[in-house]
Formats: sequence, C-alpha cells, structure tokens
Amino acid sequence: MARDRSPAELVGAVPDATFEITFDGRPIVALPGQSLAAVLWAAGILAWRTTRVGGRPRGAFCGIGHCFDCLATVNGEPNRRACLVPARPGDAVTTQEGHGHAELGDR
Amino acid sequence: MPNSATDDPEYDLAVIGAGAAGLAGAVTAAELGLSVALLDTSAQPGGQFYRHPAPALGATRPEALHHDWSTFTGLRRRLADSSVTLLAGHHVWTVVRAETGGRWDVHAVTGADGDGERPVRVRARAVLLATGAYERQLPFPGWTLPGVVGAGGAQAMLKSGLVLPGNGVSPAGAKPRAGGRVSSAGATSRAGGRVVVAGSGPLLLAVAASLAKAGARVPAVVEASGYLGYARHPRTLAVNAHKMVEAAMHGTALLRHGVRLRTRSAVTQVHGSDRVEAVTVSRLDRDWRPVRGSGRRIVCDALAVGFGLVPQLELATGLGCTTRRAQDGSHVLDLDAQQETSVPGIWAAGETGGIGGAQLACVEGELAGLAIAARLGGRPAPAGSARARALGRRRDRMRAFASVMAAAHAPGAGWSRWLDDATDVCRCEEVSAGRIREAVTDFGARDARTVKLLTRAGMGWCQGRMCGAAVACLAAEGPGEALPPSPERRPLAVPVRLEVLAALTETAASESGDPEASAAREEGTGG
Repeated sequence: MARDRSPAELVGAVPDATFEITFDGRPIVALPGQSLAAVLWAAGILAWRTTRVGGRPRGAFCGIGHCFDCLATVNGEPNRRACLVPARPGDAVTTQEGHGHAELGDR
Repeated sequence: MPNSATDDPEYDLAVIGAGAAGLAGAVTAAELGLSVALLDTSAQPGGQFYRHPAPALGATRPEALHHDWSTFTGLRRRLADSSVTLLAGHHVWTVVRAETGGRWDVHAVTGADGDGERPVRVRARAVLLATGAYERQLPFPGWTLPGVVGAGGAQAMLKSGLVLPGNGVSPAGAKPRAGGRVSSAGATSRAGGRVVVAGSGPLLLAVAASLAKAGARVPAVVEASGYLGYARHPRTLAVNAHKMVEAAMHGTALLRHGVRLRTRSAVTQVHGSDRVEAVTVSRLDRDWRPVRGSGRRIVCDALAVGFGLVPQLELATGLGCTTRRAQDGSHVLDLDAQQETSVPGIWAAGETGGIGGAQLACVEGELAGLAIAARLGGRPAPAGSARARALGRRRDRMRAFASVMAAAHAPGAGWSRWLDDATDVCRCEEVSAGRIREAVTDFGARDARTVKLLTRAGMGWCQGRMCGAAVACLAAEGPGEALPPSPERRPLAVPVRLEVLAALTETAASESGDPEASAAREEGTGG
C-alpha cells in the first residue's frame, strides 16, 4: 500500500527552490509552477472568497477555470481565478469578500 | 515556416484547443503543408486529459499520473518538429466571419486567466474547434461547501499542481515549518486526506485511482448508475477492448488501495459548517430517486464529484453550427464524415462531437487535419485514402462505444428528489432550488432560459456551465408540456473586459479607413 505517498513523490518531482506568498497576511510556502489555488490547497486552505449574497465561503471547485468559484483578490486586484494564476514570489492573496469592490459600495 | 509571427499573421488553419484533438489536428495539417496557429488557454499543451505539472515543478515521472502518456509525448514531439505556431495563454472569446471573403477571425484575450494583457486577433482560412468538455454537475444539499470539488477538478489540481483536496491540515497547522525544514513537502499535499469520489461516469474510476496512488485515502467511490448498461452491448465492448483494459487497470488500482465501489448510490448530503466533515450516501432506484432510509454517513475531508462531461460549444453555437442531442441528453455538434460542422470552413474534433475520450479525439483530430488540408489544397475529400479509411473505421468503432457509455451514465430523472428547496442550484448567483421550482410551478417557466430571466440562475460568472444541466431538468419538471431543450447560446465564450470590446470597434473602424466612423464608435462605447 502506498498510503504515505505524496503526489510529488509519485511523479518524482525535483522542483526549483520554494518561495513564500501570503494569504491574509500569513506566510505560506509555494513551489514554482503551482497555481495559487494549488499553493492554498497544499497549506490546507480550501476557501478564499465569501459570496456576494450569503457571505458563504468558497474555494476551488472545477479546477480548470470554468466555474469562477476560486476568485481571489491577488495583490489588491479582485476576481482573479486562483486555479489559473501561477503563484509568484511575494504574492499577497487576500480573501475576496463579495464582488471584491467594496470601495464601489454594495451592488 | 509560412506566415510565422508577424504583427497581423494570417494562417491557413486556426486550431482552438491544444488537447488531444487539437494537437493531432494541428500537427497533421502542418505536416501536409498548412500554416497552423494552435491556441490554448494553458501555458503548455495537453488539454485536460494530458494536463501535467509546469516545468519548474521538475516532475521526472509525469506518466505516473497518466494513462497512455506516450501518445501525448508523441504528439508533443511532432508539434516541436512542426511549423505550428503555438499560442499559449490565449482565451478565445469569439470566432466570426472576417470581412474579407473566406476568412475567419479568432478573437482571444491573453494571460494566465485572460485578465490584464493584450487582446489578439488571429485570421485563418479554416477553423478546427477542439474545445473539449467540462464536467456536468448536479447539485445536492451541501455541494457548495469548501472541500466539495469537481472530480475532474481534483484530477486537474493533482495533475498540474501536485496537490490533493482536503488533506486534513487545519489552517493553524499549515504554517511553514521553520528554516530549512520547509521542503517541497510543505508545498505539495501531504498524504492522508480522506476523499470520497462520487457522481457518475468512467472518469470517477480514473480520478479515484489517481487520488489513491498520490496518497489520498478514498473511503468510497459512489456511482449513481449500475454497470449493466454496458453489458447490453457485448459486440461494441468486444471491438473496444482498449476501454476494458483501461477500466480493469483502474479497477485493479482501486482494489489495491482498498477502495469500495458503491453503485446505484449517490451523495445526497454534505455535512460540515465551513468545510466538508462527512457525506451521506444513499441508495438510488433505477431512475436515480434516493431510497428513503438508506442513507449512510461517511466521514471524509473532501468530496470529488462529477456526473460525466458535456461538450464545450459556445464558440460553435455562436457561429451557428448545428447540434444534435446525445444519448445522455447533452448537446453535441452535428458533424459529417470529414469532421466538418454544418458551417462550411468550421471543423470540429474530439469531445465537441460527443464525449468519447482522448484516443477518439486523436483519431478525429487527424481526420479533420487530413480533410482541411485537402479542402484548402483544392483536392477532393480524403475519404478514399487508406489512411483516412482506417481512421474512419477506428472513429466509428470508438463512437459506438461512446454512445453506450453516454447511455449507461445518463442522469436518471429522479435525481432532483435529493434536492431540498434551500440548496443553491446556481452557485454564482446563489439561486436556490426553491426559487427555481417557484419559477417553474408558479410562474410557468418551461426552459432554462426563462428560469434564468426570472431568477438569475445561469446568469453569473460561469454562464450556466455549472448549473445549466440541473436547471434544464428542473424546468422540464413543470406541469404541462416542457419546451424541447436547446443548446445555450452565449455570444462571449469567456469574460471579456469592456475595454477589449471597445478596442475591437476602434480596430474595425480604423481598418475601414473612415476616421468619422472611428470617432462615432468611440463615442458610442463611451456612453
């Protein structure tokens, strides 16, 4: 049984040097080539958005850029699809509340 | 290389989608002398089936997460040796007839998520639509909780990012370990998260096998159909032995990891407040109605769910291509024997013509490449050549299997019985089943479009991709005659900023050489 195996071990990954990004100010480790959603999942984080109407938590769902559930605010810019955007050193991901444009007032 | 990167290149052929079908079509056409542009949203070719880690992740054995990886490496080698211009990170939002006769304009936005970079126009004499498919979802109570992910989504995140959903690490425990202890293990998922895999279709077995091999614990695979649907077509199975071998390989992997397969069952409830803590699995009758009192709770950290695939047709329906309904009720492109759509000059291959898998997609892509090269070269259709005949036979054999598969996993009408009125059906606009039922029973909506106009279901970011199948079913449940479902018509295949549309008008106007028209249109878009 390969119970203790990780995905990285399975594919024999020898990644380039790790770097840090932050999620709501907290540092987390990223591998080059991972999407922001992958970095967050690896850190055990499944939600990085709250919905406009119910304020409910959401994260990655379809994983291929179709569902837009994984929208996050990245370096101050809201509505980025975390499952598509690659992580870069120093990226600041923050939980996106609603449409992400609180400065424009309620919809 | 003809027509390589110039400012405004024109190609013989634009191929949209660099998965199995698009790759095969592009290299085949290029090898026959056509100039080809191959556009794809991703940074690297492969599509969803051959999705793989970015080079920086240094995967030395990417084939460990793949079936039939050598087919892809063969296509990749032919691509590298060809004159094909690969346009990665291109999100095509529309294809329109060019003003100059016999040409098509493919419009794309660029960048990882199509945001913030320049718009692009690619002009070509022919277009091959190889846009693939996305997952069909059916809602159930709790399906919007974090930790519920698409089965294909879990597979995609694993194949590209080397991560697993719900690895059981609490946010507090996710801080990087001190100093040099921060290793690759900190940034790819640790083993041990419990992931239930549920829904319907052959993808579930592949997903469960991948997750288990990568270290997830898979307490159960929950399949809504039985497998008896396949047994009614022994001849089709016999001539598609490769599919049986593939299924047997996944089955063996699941046995080795102690994964239980529950057929005629579905997840009918997800438990947890802010993330998945457990699911309830219920038995289904043959119409997918949950059997009362049969629910059993399974503790887990995540749920990977999907009910098969549906073709991605926005670009095709925007062009007016004729569709037909497949055995599972989904809309697929109606294609002739040469893979051409009802719109001359627009071809299609792979999942757009009905869900059939990567091997079929390769065959159809190659057939389309042959046919397009013949057409543009002024030669008759290549149906007579030995190569085309052999490909045609393989295609027809695999298409027959695809039909059996679609029928075996077609959603049963009773699935909506597991919805409660509070369940959000439309994830984007947060429209509940209760509001949709009200639109149907009280306000007389009989199709998804009317439900959308009354409730906003399907009007959000995803443009109905996640809720479309479910809303169509709920609309058909109303009293009286249901409207025959029609394919969605969405003029923009991906979100496009207004500035991109405005720039397009300016370009068109300046090309017409009429400065007054240009000024007038600028005013128009600014209003």
